[in-house]
Amino acid sequence: MSPAATVSSPRTLAGALDALVGATEATLILAGGTDLMVEFQTGRTRPGHVVDVWRVDELRGIRAEPAGLRIGALTTCTELRASALAQEHADILVIAADEVGAEQIQARATIGGNLGTASPAADLTPVLFALEAEVRLVSKAGARSLPVTEFLTGYRKTARRPEELIESILVPTRAPGERRGFRKVGTRRAQSISKVVVAVAVTALDGVIRTLRASAGSVAERTILLPSLERELAGKAPDAAALDRAARRAATADCAPIDDVRSTARYRREVLRRILRTLLAELLLDET
Amino acid sequence: MERTVGTDIRRPEGPDKVSGRAVFVADLATPGAWFGGTVRSDVPRGELLGVDLDPAFDWDRVRLAGPAEVPGANVVAMINEDMPVLAEREVRHVGQPLLLVAAPDAETLGAALAAARPRIAPLPAVLDMEDAPDVLHEILIEKGDAPSALARAARIIEGTYRTDTQEQMYIEPQGVIAWPPDASGCTVVRGSMQCPFYVHKSLVTMLGTRADAVRVIQVETGGGFGGKEDYPSVLACHAVLLARAAGVPVRMIYDRHEDLAVTPKRHPSRVRHRTSVADDGTLLAMDIDVLLDGGAYTTLSPVVLSRACIHAAGAYRCDHVRIRGRVVRTDHVPYGAFRGFGAPQVCFAVERQMDRIAGALALHPAELRRKNMLRVGDTTATGQRLETSVGSVEVMERVLARSRFDRHAWRSAGVAREPHDSQGARKRTGVGFSFFFHGAGFTGSGEELLKARVRVELDQGGRAVVETASTEFGQGTIAMFTALAADALGAAPEDIRIAAADTSRVPNSGPTVASRTCMVVGGCVMKACAELRARMSAASGDESGPFADRARAFLAGGGDGLAEVVYASPPGLVWDEEHYRGDAYPAYGWAADVAEVEVDLDTFEVRVTRFLSTVDVGKAIQPQLVEGQIEGGSLQAIGFAHLEVVTTEGGRFLQDRMATCIIPGTLDTPPIEVELVEVPFPHGPAGAKGVGELPMDGGAPAVASAIEDALGIHVDHIPATPERLLDAWLRAHPEEAL
Repeated sequence: MSPAATVSSPRTLAGALDALVGATEATLILAGGTDLMVEFQTGRTRPGHVVDVWRVDELRGIRAEPAGLRIGALTTCTELRASALAQEHADILVIAADEVGAEQIQARATIGGNLGTASPAADLTPVLFALEAEVRLVSKAGARSLPVTEFLTGYRKTARRPEELIESILVPTRAPGERRGFRKVGTRRAQSISKVVVAVAVTALDGVIRTLRASAGSVAERTILLPSLERELAGKAPDAAALDRAARRAATADCAPIDDVRSTARYRREVLRRILRTLLAELLLDET
Repeated sequence: MERTVGTDIRRPEGPDKVSGRAVFVADLATPGAWFGGTVRSDVPRGELLGVDLDPAFDWDRVRLAGPAEVPGANVVAMINEDMPVLAEREVRHVGQPLLLVAAPDAETLGAALAAARPRIAPLPAVLDMEDAPDVLHEILIEKGDAPSALARAARIIEGTYRTDTQEQMYIEPQGVIAWPPDASGCTVVRGSMQCPFYVHKSLVTMLGTRADAVRVIQVETGGGFGGKEDYPSVLACHAVLLARAAGVPVRMIYDRHEDLAVTPKRHPSRVRHRTSVADDGTLLAMDIDVLLDGGAYTTLSPVVLSRACIHAAGAYRCDHVRIRGRVVRTDHVPYGAFRGFGAPQVCFAVERQMDRIAGALALHPAELRRKNMLRVGDTTATGQRLETSVGSVEVMERVLARSRFDRHAWRSAGVAREPHDSQGARKRTGVGFSFFFHGAGFTGSGEELLKARVRVELDQGGRAVVETASTEFGQGTIAMFTALAADALGAAPEDIRIAAADTSRVPNSGPTVASRTCMVVGGCVMKACAELRARMSAASGDESGPFADRARAFLAGGGDGLAEVVYASPPGLVWDEEHYRGDAYPAYGWAADVAEVEVDLDTFEVRVTRFLSTVDVGKAIQPQLVEGQIEGGSLQAIGFAHLEVVTTEGGRFLQDRMATCIIPGTLDTPPIEVELVEVPFPHGPAGAKGVGELPMDGGAPAVASAIEDALGIHVDHIPATPERLLDAWLRAHPEEAL
């Protein structure tokens, strides 16, 4: 890190918000550091002023609220994996956390950081999209909540204002009978970055789909929703062919993958279609 | 009498390594040392006009070294002297060193490197080996008359096979520390390396000095896999130039990114086979064309090509063979040594070709190999008659007995599979096989030219000190030499000490490469120990009591406690270097592998679920270490087959960080079931041959064969990534494409 960087390390939420007064686009918030330290090391990001919030314990913890599960922004993947509450209310978030990096990364990587860095390859974010999570932002001026789908605005871009901090994430109470699925395709079987990642949450009554939210990562400049699936399938009792048509539609219309160091656009599109088809069949056609 | 050989002793260097006390080059305390760095080309080819130094930086804070500071020849002396230590005008590859910078701390060094901007007029680059006009080296092997045999053949089976490059990914990145000349004018370098005398030679040439004015010392080395055979010479030249410029020791220790971006990797290959085969599967004629991408400079490419060509026809008997090999110059980062040294590429090709022949003739792949495998009395492609230590039949039959592969209905591409649909099974399984050999030691007359020397000396404490230039870099040289010396002396492992590889102290036993350390150097160690033992025995006539007591008494009685041995090749070996005829190697290791895979039909991810390897090493001096070599080599081969992707764009490696340069992790590692066969080599120590490279050769074709069995598509280009398999699958099943 260049010696020009200045770092403040507040111990309280109030102190963190004070430290962010007058913050600019160049002010960096450091949580677990699993993204930012790599950015510094590669020189892609130059550290200017850094607010290190790692020791702000008010941002930790997982608790049940009437509206759902409240997850503090500093909650790590390790804490998600160990949480009975998370397992009960946000099962696929736990599965996703389990597939992030290595044990050492999981011990530092936070849910707020995974959302806040807005990497298109983030593993937790598609789950938050599929579960209709909300993000709560706080600053000296007050607090506001917005859907995670609105929080991400572009490649590594979010709706967070420079003086704001991600305080927590709310995963709404599970709808009765909601089924969920998650699938990550990486460059190897563990400790890898996604080539394609999908999360799906679906409710059905007597075989008729009522709601279906699906999200994908690594297939566009940011995590995206796959609206074609709900459009094609809601209100229907689809068979395998209908699921395949919907998956095909999502893979052609909803995403914009690229060739990069990890994979090809073609692979991402074709595989998105294939894993969606299989995941939907598992959730809806009672296949094991 | 064998007491230690064949048992597993505790590795003498092991406790320091597992407890973290071992001192690697980055751990060496060097008070007052500066940090060295390199200004590099960012284009594959061009004319260097100069390096602009930003006046905003205070250049008095650092020291620079350019080509003008090279006291002797501006070349890194290897096989040919075509690679400059620092480019003068001609730039030949991305990352080529142009100017060196030393600074008192890492931050200043970083700032200086950022403030030095090369001005290069780009020139058109040659980045496709098929188009490369400049041939670095050519080899022709002819046995019988393959062109005529093919001209009258009733059936010719053709195949073209490709392998991409592969990164060694040694555990510890490259690093050396150089000191400015001492009062006697001697330049000292310590570093992570396989071959201290290679580094010594290149420094003597670059400095234009005497051999005794350079001293190279290997320190604890965290893996090499061939990657620390040639590159430490480059790095040492750089560090020495900077130490001279700065007048203080200079540390040049790459981080992983720099290491991945600029150090040599495995040669990419394209191999064409044309094979004439009888109806019963007998090989009648083989015509093989081998093309390797050498990168920008010669480095070790002629020797890599040599090993590739000698192994190109595989471990098979055929009367008419023609092998034409070329390694061409491109504007890629120079390719270099990696475990197997050309053989894994050609082994992939010939083993896939054997599967292709089996498919065309509807013969079982195991049956085809049985029919054609080399046995005692057969001759290889170079005309070498195999007389002894040929474990071919044993390794093949034993691996088949364990795996029952010969009863598995292996299906070549094009054979119909069970129907599948979106509601069917989303996974397919397959099994594949390979059979292969690997020459141990230097090729042909290499050992005769080198004349490896080894010394064993009794010290005042009564211990036998083994002095060689053969290095330990994780593979077990120390334990292996300890066991050989202990048995040859009639001593215990505690009575043996293996001297550090310091060019000012040890004789030149040659580089630690080519599966030669045990068979060649180990043999010399045993001979020297046997000579000492004979002297001690003649002096006292008594071999009872602790060895150290007897050794001290022998020295006290005026006995000569120093024995030196020069390697002598086994009698009767004949090699014609000009025509590539004769005894290419003193002995061959033999092996057969079986791989079982599961392929996901949604993602085309390959999981190797089981891997069996049966290997004839002559004699396992340290069985656990030998099994470790086979497990590790097999895993590198599995990674080569389907997982390890290194691609280039504009001459630059795209996967230049560990986050993107993927190697197998624990979950990608199948159970590897190793079985050792010992068909002793009479001229090897305790019957041993080589083992280092052999297990790298067969894994990739076995995995590719299993994928073909699972999916029914040809797997002729590795790594067989999910992207490549999906493309091939959709070509075969266009109705499934979006």
